[in-house]
Amino acid sequence: MQTVIFLICAVGAVAAGIAVFRVDSMARATLALLASFIFAAVPILLLGLSYLGILVILMMVMEMMIMAVFMVMYMMNPAGLMPMKMVHNNKMSLVIAAAVFVLLAAGALFTPWPSGTAEAAVSGSTTTGGRSAADPTLALGLDLMGPHMLVMIVIGLALFASMVAVVVLSTHRGRYDRFGDDLQRRPADDPVRGGLGK
Amino acid sequence: MDSALLWSIIGGFVVLGVLAYAAAALSAAMSARESGTSAVAALTLPGQETARLLIRQRSVTPGADTLLARIGTGLLPLAALMSVLVIPLGQHAISDLSVGVVWFNAMEVLAWAAVWMVGWGSNSSWGLVGANRFLAQGLAYELPHMFALITAAVGAGSLRVSDIAAVQGLPGHLWFVVYMPAAFLVFLLSALGFAFWGPFDQPIGREIAGGAAAELSGIDRLLLLAGRYLLLTAGAAMSVPLFLGGGAGPLLPAGAWILLKTAAVLAVLVWIGHRVPAVRMERFTEVSWLVLLPLTILQALAVSIFVLVGWM
Repeated sequence: MQTVIFLICAVGAVAAGIAVFRVDSMARATLALLASFIFAAVPILLLGLSYLGILVILMMVMEMMIMAVFMVMYMMNPAGLMPMKMVHNNKMSLVIAAAVFVLLAAGALFTPWPSGTAEAAVSGSTTTGGRSAADPTLALGLDLMGPHMLVMIVIGLALFASMVAVVVLSTHRGRYDRFGDDLQRRPADDPVRGGLGK
Repeated sequence: MDSALLWSIIGGFVVLGVLAYAAAALSAAMSARESGTSAVAALTLPGQETARLLIRQRSVTPGADTLLARIGTGLLPLAALMSVLVIPLGQHAISDLSVGVVWFNAMEVLAWAAVWMVGWGSNSSWGLVGANRFLAQGLAYELPHMFALITAAVGAGSLRVSDIAAVQGLPGHLWFVVYMPAAFLVFLLSALGFAFWGPFDQPIGREIAGGAAAELSGIDRLLLLAGRYLLLTAGAAMSVPLFLGGGAGPLLPAGAWILLKTAAVLAVLVWIGHRVPAVRMERFTEVSWLVLLPLTILQALAVSIFVLVGWM
């Protein structure tokens, strides 16, 4: 049963991935990519990582829908309503795709994966100590970043700070545009009206 | 599939359908009273509308992306039905997943994809405007909504919906709405949001000729409207185990209490839909990100401290 589900998802993910470049509409391409991601999330559920699997589906739906709007917006046809070609820079793309595939496949084939059941995987993992093998999500989290938790937290903060910084740098309006040269203007001068008394 | 599971699925879906019809009937009755016609006669209006839409032709616009539109109209009620798998409607949930709260969130977010596909697929500018409005609204309500969900999970120390309900029924424990009123209110707001109901009905707003539903007719319209009522009902049903003590209550059995509380929350949501004016999504975004988001983070912090200190 698990093998059948895995095979359906594997074929489905590849087929949906191919469809991204075969369809002629930005909306269909984005949703085909979303379908591919969801097919890839189901094997995570099969591994018993239900939290991560459902989270992948949740995040992918949200981000691909936002991406759909941006893709339609940035394409050079108005509103993306006209059919368009989905491939460009063909040769370089082929080279990059092949290289990445070889790299990932080599990683999948040559990594010394733990064998056996979840219990065996946890006890043989790089982390030590008795852990609840009943919770594979916890085991995976500890295996991935157990000894490096502080590093991961700092990286998380740095990533978030850089996101905020990029948004601040890329917006063309700053506080002087909003509140005037002496920062005294109230209410702020905003192009879009807000909801807090403005 | 064993027959017990099959019956619990059928039972759960029937209860959800009956509650959703009741919501539609209440809404129709309120509209009738506002316009001065008989409220009792309006109770059958959703049924008449269903019959009318079932025999109507579906309309197709030139250049429509029928594939996406059909998937979208089907996905909306399907998302509501799947979200209900983890919600107890009666004695037990159909499938009490260990990550039920996350499951509910993931299924309710499918509405983003569904409404956008419908609005885009009909190849009409009103449809696309409505679809993009729903995503903008989604960005506004989703983050506070997630914090509200996670606050309830933190209070119980579990993502399993039945665990969250069970903790509130223990002696010495109050319903979570007492500890986390802000999270409860934010959850109700976001239930209105993801069902694009009442103050948040701009995605299918009248001033854009019906928005995402502008070009829909026949079975497509029926599926979209039914999906909307089902989502609203699922939101009301989810608030009961999360914040209102699940089946806890005197005299009556747990299943009856769950149904009573769900019906009460649903009635409040429908009533709000008729009494509160529309909130435009750009205004709500500012309110949501500058007021509700810090509020829910503080709420989560307070609940975490309560749990650590041992007050709940």
